[in-house]
Amino acid sequence: MSLAVSRRDFLKGAGCLIVGFSASRSTAAQTSGAPPAEQDQLDSWIAIGADGRVTVYTGKCELGQGLRTAQMQLIAEELVVPLDRITLIECDTERTPDQGTTSGSQSHPANFNDGNLALAAATAREALIRMASERLQVPVEALDVENGVVRSRTDPGRRADYGELMGGKTFHLSLDDRARRLPPSEWRVLGTPVPRAEIPDLVTGRFEHVHNVRVPGMLHGRVVRPPAVGAKLVSVNEESVKDVAGLVKVVVKNDFVGVVAEKPWQAIQAAEKLSCEWSPGAGLVRQSDFYEHLRRQTPTSDRLVVDSKDVQETLARSATIVGATYRHPYQMHGSVGSSCAVADVRDGKVTLWSASQAVHHLKLTTAMVLGVAPDDVRVIFRMGSGCYGLNGADTVSYDAALLSQAVGRPVRVQLSRQDEMAWENYGYAYVIDQRLGLDSEGRILAWDYEAWFPTLGSRPRTGTPGNVVTGFLAGFEPAAVTEPSPATDPSTYENGSNAAPSYVAGCVGGRCGGTGTIKSERVLTHNARSMFFTGPLRSPSRLQNTFAHESILDEAAAQAGVDPVAYRLDHLRDRRLIEVLQAVARKADWDPRPSPRRGLSKRGVASGRGIACVLYEGDNGYCALSAQVEVDQDTGAVLVKRLVAGVDCGPISNPDGLQNQVEGGTLQGVSRALLEEVTWDEKKVTSVDWGTYRSIPLGFDLPEVETVLIDRRYVPAMGAGETTITLAAAAIGNAIFDATGARIREVPFTRERVMAALGGR
Amino acid sequence: MSAITLTVNGRSHSLDVDPSTPLLYVLSDDLELRGPKFGCGLAQCGACTVIVEGRAIRSCVTPVETVDGADITTLEGLGTPENPHPIQRAFIEEQAAQCGFCLSGVILTAKAFLDENPNATDEQIREALSTVLCRCFVHGRMFRAIRRYATERVG
Repeated sequence: MSLAVSRRDFLKGAGCLIVGFSASRSTAAQTSGAPPAEQDQLDSWIAIGADGRVTVYTGKCELGQGLRTAQMQLIAEELVVPLDRITLIECDTERTPDQGTTSGSQSHPANFNDGNLALAAATAREALIRMASERLQVPVEALDVENGVVRSRTDPGRRADYGELMGGKTFHLSLDDRARRLPPSEWRVLGTPVPRAEIPDLVTGRFEHVHNVRVPGMLHGRVVRPPAVGAKLVSVNEESVKDVAGLVKVVVKNDFVGVVAEKPWQAIQAAEKLSCEWSPGAGLVRQSDFYEHLRRQTPTSDRLVVDSKDVQETLARSATIVGATYRHPYQMHGSVGSSCAVADVRDGKVTLWSASQAVHHLKLTTAMVLGVAPDDVRVIFRMGSGCYGLNGADTVSYDAALLSQAVGRPVRVQLSRQDEMAWENYGYAYVIDQRLGLDSEGRILAWDYEAWFPTLGSRPRTGTPGNVVTGFLAGFEPAAVTEPSPATDPSTYENGSNAAPSYVAGCVGGRCGGTGTIKSERVLTHNARSMFFTGPLRSPSRLQNTFAHESILDEAAAQAGVDPVAYRLDHLRDRRLIEVLQAVARKADWDPRPSPRRGLSKRGVASGRGIACVLYEGDNGYCALSAQVEVDQDTGAVLVKRLVAGVDCGPISNPDGLQNQVEGGTLQGVSRALLEEVTWDEKKVTSVDWGTYRSIPLGFDLPEVETVLIDRRYVPAMGAGETTITLAAAAIGNAIFDATGARIREVPFTRERVMAALGGR
Repeated sequence: MSAITLTVNGRSHSLDVDPSTPLLYVLSDDLELRGPKFGCGLAQCGACTVIVEGRAIRSCVTPVETVDGADITTLEGLGTPENPHPIQRAFIEEQAAQCGFCLSGVILTAKAFLDENPNATDEQIREALSTVLCRCFVHGRMFRAIRRYATERVG
């Protein structure tokens, strides 16, 4: 079977589709033979033409994470067709199944196990073999399939290819729960490092990001955001822009303000010149008081993940208490390209080209924002700049739609850098109290965790456009923080946010779902209302919690005088987590000894190593990371010298794609740990560009990430993209402690914070 | 508005534009090129990079009137998917991209620098890339690709 992707064929296929899209909507829908919406129908997922070409419809899209290629590998494998015969259609509300949001490291679990796309492919293969059996009069057991051709094993001349078998028709079949996926021992395409389909176009500037969508007659929009958080629009002076060349219209809807012009530069100038009067805004708590303020917030929505009810008693009888408070700031998605969308709202019909991770949801909420029927909205996904969660893709889609509706022509909007950064849905800030009770031997007897984190808005989902700034400005409320409530006892153990550490038993209702052994356990979270919009940022809450857990665990190990790897192993019971931790320690040439290292000097450059591990989301990816650092104790500068990252996410679809994700995620974690922090003054966010919100540039001296990829083929596929980023801050913080004896409990580890921690020794 | 002449990827264009318009908008909107991207508009990230007379510049802060008559190369001017430039081939071979939005900054900055400094050390290459951002953090692969190109180039 040929595995080589022919770019020419691939592009030819894509080209046909683009022609389809640019025709009028209804015509396009008819001629493209829009598949049925029912997800239990095979035709919703796969179509095979008389020419044998396979068209696949998926609701999980390429965001730069390699999912497009992995899904093509899945189809090539299960359908036994060459990769270059497959055309993948992603995330288009008129063509693809509604698979919710491409997020949360859920694409592999959703499409690569026993349901959805994988089941569709297996159902299709079995159906084709049955059709061939009938046509060739050969029993199913005596047929082989190769390269989209079914043939008799004993008489290879008796053959039929998929194109003939389908004869231009559809399947008219339901997905078959009993359809058998090919066993991994037979894999020929999955599990191999197939090069990513987009890369040749990306590196030669041919790829169409959403930023490159151009529609005939398209105008350019720009938004004017409030100058302060909570400011309301008082008035707009349209006279102020009457001399701007190319201006088409000033658009106002409640507190939403935007301009439309013939050219982008004209729109930018109009937005800058437009004179608006705003109310003063709500006022923001002083940043230096933020974490204490957060603790005092009322009301909060409280949640107990686990509570053995004996934690206070166990702490009281413990030989030693190790306690500390950890702080994590708001951080940004900070896409390198500010968010962009193109909308065409004419004659009551809406077409929206968007990088949203949730096109079907966006269809519903855009209809709300525009006051049109959902059926009149079509959202077509185009990849944007890497988003890592909820960047501005949804909000800018509303911007473009509102402006296009106001002028009755297609409008493209790309946010300014400042508008992107000042108003995006930030990753959550956290303040976390940890108290561990140790016995006289140093073993942990009790773990008590209590955290406060503020949220406001999030993904708009199916009905809450006010969860992002444009929807809010246009008059929709964000979802309230879940009803203020005292925590009730949990009924099951659910650790999706990694609020519970890896080392507790996680016992709820007589069943223990945790990965550790500590039975005296309490995990309590308080969710308060945020001043800023918040949303899922790569490893949301999981990263913040794991920073606190893996750091305090290290503090306890140091208190007990035990090597940090050995101490972890002493408190873990999950075999796969243990194995990935040990594999990373081995690869990192881990030197078993307690931290901090002996013979510390308080001046000059000190080096040390740290480690961390977690089962991401409690059930979605095992990972471990070790870091070696050098700390300049005279300046507070931290250099990361070596990183070894290990993951076990079950069967690996594409080892190079996985490695790319692990490398990038780990280094993004380093940047977040060392530099990244949202800042504000008394009324507005002040980290609004790359000078004020710092990200590690390409020129910074970083090591290549060494990876350990554990391929387990006979277990369910888990997510991978958010695993090792979860561990970076803890591994680095632990390494700084090992090098210097100073513990840093607040992210990011700026020079000032490192110097302060060193001064406290 | 005034008439501006640009030679972009070997083709000459006469345009009637506001001379203060940053070059980026002329390239990406008037000429509909996909290589140079708007990232920040502040010359902080590199996504808008193009090569003008052999030098990598940030087109988002370059008024088009200052490059009137100039010879400009964008990412698509280096090579094609079928026939990529050696530095682009190195990026394909190393699979050095995720979302790829930053690639004009990474590839063109490295290329222009290595053309001027063919024997540059790793340290010097890093220095040249000190204000180029990749938020997917494909740093390791990108460095490997750049080194591969540098080695091939002098080899």
